[in-house]
Amino acid sequence: MRTKILAGVVVLAAAVLLAGYFLSYSAPKQVEPEEPVVLNGAGATFPYPLIDKWVHEYKLIAPKVTINYQSIGSGGGIKAIADKTVDFAASDAPLTDDKFRELAGILHIPETMGAVAVVYNIPGAQSMMRLTGEILSEIYLGKITRWNDKKIVSLNPWAQSLDKEILVVRRSDGSGTTFIFTDYLSMVSSEWANTVGKGTSVSWPVGVGAKGNEGVAGAVKQNQFSIGYVELAYAIKENFSVAAIQNREGKFVEPTLDSIKAAAATASPKLPKGDQSWADVSIVSPPGADSYPIASFTYILVYKDQPNKAKGEALAKFLWWVVHDGQKYSSDLAYAPLPSEVVKLNEQTLKLLNYNGEPFIK
Amino acid sequence: MKSDKLQGFGKRKAIDRLMTVLSFLCVLVALVPLISMLLTVVTKGVLALNLDFLTQLPKAVGESGGGFGNAIQGTFIVVGIACLISLPIGIFSGVFLSEYGANSIALGVRFISDVLSGTPSIIAGIFSYTLVVKSFGSWSALAGGFALSLIMIPIITRTVEESLRLVPLEVREASLALGIRRWRTILNIVMITAKAGIITGIILATARASGEAAPLLFTSGFSNSWASSLTNQPVSTLPVMIYTYAISPFEDWRAKAWAGALVLMILILILNVGMRFATKGKYSWRNF
Amino acid sequence: MREMSKTFSLFFIGERKVKFSSGDFFFKTLVTGCAIIILIYASLLLAELFSGSKLSFERFGISFIFGSSWDPVNGEYGALPFIFGTLVSSLLALAIAVPVSLGISIYLAELSPRALRAPISVILELLAAIPSVIIGLWGIFVLAPFIRDAGNILENLFGFLPIFRGPSYGLSMLTGGVILAIMIIPIISSVSREALSSVPQGIKEAALALGATRWEMIMMSMLPYARSGLLGAIILGLGRAMGETMAITMVIGNVPRISPSLLAPSYTMSAVIANEFAEAHDYLHESALIEIGLILCFTTLVVNALARALIWKIRARGGYP
Repeated sequence: MRTKILAGVVVLAAAVLLAGYFLSYSAPKQVEPEEPVVLNGAGATFPYPLIDKWVHEYKLIAPKVTINYQSIGSGGGIKAIADKTVDFAASDAPLTDDKFRELAGILHIPETMGAVAVVYNIPGAQSMMRLTGEILSEIYLGKITRWNDKKIVSLNPWAQSLDKEILVVRRSDGSGTTFIFTDYLSMVSSEWANTVGKGTSVSWPVGVGAKGNEGVAGAVKQNQFSIGYVELAYAIKENFSVAAIQNREGKFVEPTLDSIKAAAATASPKLPKGDQSWADVSIVSPPGADSYPIASFTYILVYKDQPNKAKGEALAKFLWWVVHDGQKYSSDLAYAPLPSEVVKLNEQTLKLLNYNGEPFIK
Repeated sequence: MKSDKLQGFGKRKAIDRLMTVLSFLCVLVALVPLISMLLTVVTKGVLALNLDFLTQLPKAVGESGGGFGNAIQGTFIVVGIACLISLPIGIFSGVFLSEYGANSIALGVRFISDVLSGTPSIIAGIFSYTLVVKSFGSWSALAGGFALSLIMIPIITRTVEESLRLVPLEVREASLALGIRRWRTILNIVMITAKAGIITGIILATARASGEAAPLLFTSGFSNSWASSLTNQPVSTLPVMIYTYAISPFEDWRAKAWAGALVLMILILILNVGMRFATKGKYSWRNF
Repeated sequence: MREMSKTFSLFFIGERKVKFSSGDFFFKTLVTGCAIIILIYASLLLAELFSGSKLSFERFGISFIFGSSWDPVNGEYGALPFIFGTLVSSLLALAIAVPVSLGISIYLAELSPRALRAPISVILELLAAIPSVIIGLWGIFVLAPFIRDAGNILENLFGFLPIFRGPSYGLSMLTGGVILAIMIIPIISSVSREALSSVPQGIKEAALALGATRWEMIMMSMLPYARSGLLGAIILGLGRAMGETMAITMVIGNVPRISPSLLAPSYTMSAVIANEFAEAHDYLHESALIEIGLILCFTTLVVNALARALIWKIRARGGYP
């Protein structure tokens, strides 16, 4: 009896595994019989919804090409491309000089842009909160602790009556969003730059750490009189109150797709070539009256010299499509499309992709 | 004297009743948050649950339809591989510790197994990445199964060992006295008697492994298509899909995440009930 | 264990030795082999952890364990706040989960009506299957606000005690401990229930025949008999609690600071690894995280050793197997 049961279980398990295996063959064919290509990518979670959209749309145009993207974080993506277990990586922050030297022949291709929105939860707020970089850094340094602090009230008179402690929320996990935010704070506050600095993970002086954008969004939503920073998409989708930040020209700007584009446009003349190091690239606090001061590119990283001809060609064509036609899908998902100067820069970079010296795109 | 005895007994009876009530309260205390979670999952997930969800591939954000079909297939495959690795190793190690375990190797193994049971799931994933993904050069279902087995083996080993230990000595002695060989004794008599405990261990380990996303992020990963290879292609699984969709800012994706959690729980329920049903206790010691 | 080996070795006491059984030989080799595979697994894992943490160990030495600043930007790393967080949250979880699980398992094994046993057991085991991220989300939206409000009450009433001091935000050590307790109750209660169910009828009847009430029978005969199974259940639960990453990082606040208050946020070893590993850009950061993983392994080892010493002492005093 026991043997029968054992045998039954083994047969069942084998049947399930085989069913899974064969089900894939009976599923609708996704690639044409000749030369199907599979591309694997990994990296940042921030652009994942957009990359996913691109993957689906591109499949309609090029059914032979299957693309898989692992949304595991920029560091994971960089590790994966260093190990060459993926064909392309995505990162919210550019490679440091050390890493750039280590991954010889790596190219940076900004594929979209995002912004960090400062969100807050103040019941009965009478208008949009206006903040400067200096005030933000003092809040996150723990020097400004109440909403009716003089500095806040001077910009927002209606805050005079808010005698409440500010609950500061920040990220616990390493992330590109933190990198951009701390990059901005370092730029506008020398005290921040000297004590905390910028990075994907930093030693926060105050504040409670929430995991992921959704964690920060949840924490701010659940706690009154709190402040936090999230990727713009989360602020929009959750209908958060967003603060207007003073940019370099003195104007208070809200994070919108246009203000992000404006920020990128002013920065593009100073961008390096695709095969150089982008370690110093930053578009926070840029010039321009309409620029939102906390915006950033997010990058795709690929090796210039591709080891496999078919894959390399598919990859080059896909990325070409991404920086051109792909951009029209960005706004619906709350990502800012690339300004034309950056697209041109990317075109030059993509032409460097080659197999044995023979470029894929001429 | 009679009244003394009755008085003493009254107090003891009161304690008896009190403890019964208390232990029932413990059940309630535990069930309240657990049912709260169940309700949350069901109410948020049932709306997105439909036939499309179970059979179709995922679509991009904002497009209606699409589902977790490949994730369900992938979960079967990856958990299946994990079971294939961990069930034999775990069960036989448990047998070793219980039946042959009066030596120092056993001491070491038991100890190490307990320590392994405390390994964070993310480390299991990183370990599998270093060992399997890097060697094969690609994300794969095999790597995912390997990572999960690292989590399952300590649980199975422990529960099997404890279940076998609880079988009284007399059972083994009786069997040996009849001339049955030692290995037959263990397989056919002792293990069957401890069947319920062993099954519980297997169910707990499988349930735990099916719900872990962290070990799979770096190993089997995520994919938009049906699985067609065990070793050179990333494979989508329910926990990874749930994790990825739950943390996104899009309402329709989040609803799908809850629906995915609901599907996962239903699958475990089927496994649980199925296994218990298939092994109803004709041979349990309790019936003697 | 020793008794069982002695029983088997009775074979050789008589005049006739038992014929060599190939079945026995192969079976023994098989099970020993599987056990050794576990040892190999563990050694490989340890080797990986050691080699990964070499960089950090060379840089910080033993002061890593006592350092309490965690600054990836300036390259300063110290593990003390995380060790504190893991220990306190796990012990808190055990303090809550063990009595509750014991109550549940006793109820299911002895006191409940037959018909209820299967459904309740199935629900409990089902809850072992809820993905950690879903538990975490439930924690953010349901548990954390609840604890925040409860914490405010506690602070008003008992705020003079250091453990209830400070503003209550809901993301705290207490929330972490509670959510871990909820996660480990299914494991501890299921395994304990199995252990209690396996107590032979004879032993239970003996106690009842002596005039014990049902509760006294449980205390006097069932619990001692199943002692080792119960401890095994607790160790499994503890392992899960110490290794849990996803759910706890969503509710514990993730602040690497040591504070006596249960209402203050905290940080655990597994949480920091899960949070920062995927984004660690430089080798020192990665190495520090792996060293924390190593320390976590050793902490689990120490706690398990203490638990084992405890049960050995109990056994030496003459308890059941």
